[in-house]
Amino acid sequence: MDLKIASGSANTEERQAVDSLLGAPTETSQGAQRDEMGMRVSTGGESLRKLRHLLLPTLHSVNDRVGYISRGAINYISQRLDIAPAEIYGVATFYALFDTKERPARQVHVCVDLACRAASGCTEETLPEGAIPSPCLGTCERAPSVLVIETGVNVRQEVLAPATKTQIAELVAGKSAPVEQPIALAAPQTPDKSLVLLSRIGNTDPLSINDYISNNGFTALRKAFAIGAEQVIAEVTASGLVGRGGAAFPTGRKWAAVASQPVKTRYLICNADESEPGTFKDRVLLEGDPFALVEAMTIAAFATGSQHGYIYLRGEYPRALKNLTNAIEVARNKKYLGDNILDSGFNFDITIFRGAGAYICGEETAIFNSIEGYRGEPRNKPPFPVEVGLFGKPTTVNNVETLFNVLPIINNSGEKYASWGSTGSKGKKLFCVSGAVNKPGVYEVTFGITLRQLIDLAGGLKPGSTIQAVLLGGAAGGFVGPQDLDLELTLEAARTAGTTLGSGVVMVLDQSVNMLDQLQRIAAFFRDESCGQCVPCRVGTVRQQEALARLVNSEKAGDTAIDLQLLRDLGQVMRDASICGLGQTAHNAIDSAITRLKVFSA
Amino acid sequence: MSTQVTTGLQVRKSVELTIDDKKVTAPEGSTLLDACRASGKEIPTLCFGDTITPKNACRVCMVELEGSRTLVPSCSRKVEAGMVVKTDTERTSHSRKLVLELLGSSVDLSLTKNVSKWNDNYDAKPSRFGAPSYHHGKRDEAVTGHHHQPDGKTAETVHQPVKIDNALYVRDYSKCILCYQCVDACGEQWQNTFAITTAGRGFDARISTEFAVDLTDSACVYCGNCIQVCPTGALMFTSEYEMREAGTWREEEQTQTDTICPYCGVGCSLTLHVQDNTIVKVTSPSDHSVTHGNLCIKGRFGFQHVQNTKPE
Repeated sequence: MDLKIASGSANTEERQAVDSLLGAPTETSQGAQRDEMGMRVSTGGESLRKLRHLLLPTLHSVNDRVGYISRGAINYISQRLDIAPAEIYGVATFYALFDTKERPARQVHVCVDLACRAASGCTEETLPEGAIPSPCLGTCERAPSVLVIETGVNVRQEVLAPATKTQIAELVAGKSAPVEQPIALAAPQTPDKSLVLLSRIGNTDPLSINDYISNNGFTALRKAFAIGAEQVIAEVTASGLVGRGGAAFPTGRKWAAVASQPVKTRYLICNADESEPGTFKDRVLLEGDPFALVEAMTIAAFATGSQHGYIYLRGEYPRALKNLTNAIEVARNKKYLGDNILDSGFNFDITIFRGAGAYICGEETAIFNSIEGYRGEPRNKPPFPVEVGLFGKPTTVNNVETLFNVLPIINNSGEKYASWGSTGSKGKKLFCVSGAVNKPGVYEVTFGITLRQLIDLAGGLKPGSTIQAVLLGGAAGGFVGPQDLDLELTLEAARTAGTTLGSGVVMVLDQSVNMLDQLQRIAAFFRDESCGQCVPCRVGTVRQQEALARLVNSEKAGDTAIDLQLLRDLGQVMRDASICGLGQTAHNAIDSAITRLKVFSA
Repeated sequence: MSTQVTTGLQVRKSVELTIDDKKVTAPEGSTLLDACRASGKEIPTLCFGDTITPKNACRVCMVELEGSRTLVPSCSRKVEAGMVVKTDTERTSHSRKLVLELLGSSVDLSLTKNVSKWNDNYDAKPSRFGAPSYHHGKRDEAVTGHHHQPDGKTAETVHQPVKIDNALYVRDYSKCILCYQCVDACGEQWQNTFAITTAGRGFDARISTEFAVDLTDSACVYCGNCIQVCPTGALMFTSEYEMREAGTWREEEQTQTDTICPYCGVGCSLTLHVQDNTIVKVTSPSDHSVTHGNLCIKGRFGFQHVQNTKPE
């Protein structure tokens, strides 16, 4: 492509950051030195354009090194990948963890989302100077939470939770965070080998493959190779497993659809972009049992006939990144990944792909665009990912927890797995319990227990707390009230009751929580996270936030009815006409607070 | 059930579907919008352009499809045999009304065709979200994932100053509905120049060059193909902009003359828009097989010589 590069050239650091990923430039058009003849050569256009999927990793590399994406850096990346500077700018400005203006190397991201503001009252306005307000950081069990990113030659990411105001101020001032607390504390039932999904948390070294193997590791993979791909799909179908990311699509049906495609190049994506406010179950699995994900992905790839897998990991999970990176490397060295895995003749490998601060990239088609080096905007469906997905090929997208469930299904049988749970909800489920309970954390239960039983399992309510509301399923989910505690936590019972389990969020809000503030935060969240592609969501989320602000600040009673009607109208158009699930669910929680909790009825 | 119809030399299958309780046939590969319009239904469109692959971003053309949880965009959904489509239901009307209100309350649609008619048809009242706020304006500075908490007293808009940075055309993004057509025309669908992109996210998403530099510092080659596809008047010839500002733009008095571009041998069709015997802008027919509406800088802007007279 005939690139026009305007003024601004990359400095040494920026060039090193790019070259560390792409290798040294070989052509003068890409910024290499001229040869002794002073000749300019350019031969790489077509082959360079096939590297577009390296754009986001390259932006990460620069951001990690210098803290922001400068004009010079964009110009250099443009030359290296043959992508126009404007397009790179469009991608860079899509992600909240990047900035295109110079900023300090040290960024202190303080969570101001639902669980954290309920715990600390920390809002966008009350943060210590220099701190950056952040959407949910996925450590709600020990709210409030802080993520420190210090860029440089060796980028450092630290999580501190819970964090006091003084600690936040100290972090801003440059102090290091203490060592993060052990993973297992986030799962109070552990260690307990009788658990199905959390059996290794707290008793198996997440960095040791030998420990994994001696704790039942890779048994499902061996069995899968023994019974064959078709039988694996049959077992998963028989198990009744449905997706655990929130949409509850039957996993077996998805796999069978990919396996039956005429196109043989296929991809598997593990959706680890866990960003739904209040959700942290995937983080615990990724940090505490990373080899299990490698095993489960290999089984999924084997069943669907996929040659390559991506883990799309949200950018705010440093410990998960570290443990997964190690697991994949070690598994590859021990021949559990790569060519001819366990002498089965099956070849498969995994790449970790870091997100950069965009909730929308958890949408399955937005993941494709993000990985391919475009703005993370969802695609229109149909065509569905099982037919036309990543790089235009049939693609399976499964949530982390969904994949973890594959191991017990194969180790036992689909039938055995289906014997757990209720009529309409099979198997084991992880719930992310946060808020006003004594032992917040991830809980593994068999489908069928009630909300009250789950709260009891989490140690019951904190002393002095009475329940004001419980948020089920996150910001895209809905509130229930104290009268709903006997709700059975199954997909069918939730549906009947007009609510959802979503990604398994159970956030218990007691009388001390300002519900109107929570609602305004939800509205702000969707406004911030909308990709901006379609009108109902792009403008609707803003109008929803404005109407809510009027309702909250309302002095004239007469206007309430008008604004409530406005909200209903907005809710309907977002649900009916948005391109993707973000817009379609952006009114759910607010609607539930109005209709179920009657927050605006005097 | 499918039958075969012959169109030109190609044999295209046709599929049978139901639109508003009436069975119709449509060629395979065509869209619901094609099929609906062929059977006389009036469906509003905003972001849809006839030379660009639909982005289906505006969501004003939504129809109800049996079996689908949500409404579907007729502009990009392909027909399938047995589809049962409804174009005029409470849900479709509600969506169109709200989309018109959401855009009307945030974007200057004064030059967008048909909007006032549609507002009447669907009872859309953009003002019900409150008085528009024009105070912000610094949209190029927006920080992704952050915004100021609104008080609800005004309705936020995409207002920002008109960008005038070159002699040939202006960019008034207060009129931009983000249809993406200019980006696609500049980029992979027509010009392959990639001077502009969508930057930012959510309500802050905007059409921009890299770092919002002036067009003169960007990759822009001034082909003006973005102006050709812009449905809202956000992109405009400087000649038109200046005449509108001066109050001398009188479209009803203008004539349009088709001719062939005199510059090179490609033979692009030009449509000269003439007012008071002066060329005021140049377009190209979008259904013309040579140009599909596209021109280069010479054909689009190089018309001054036609009206130069010899110095006395």
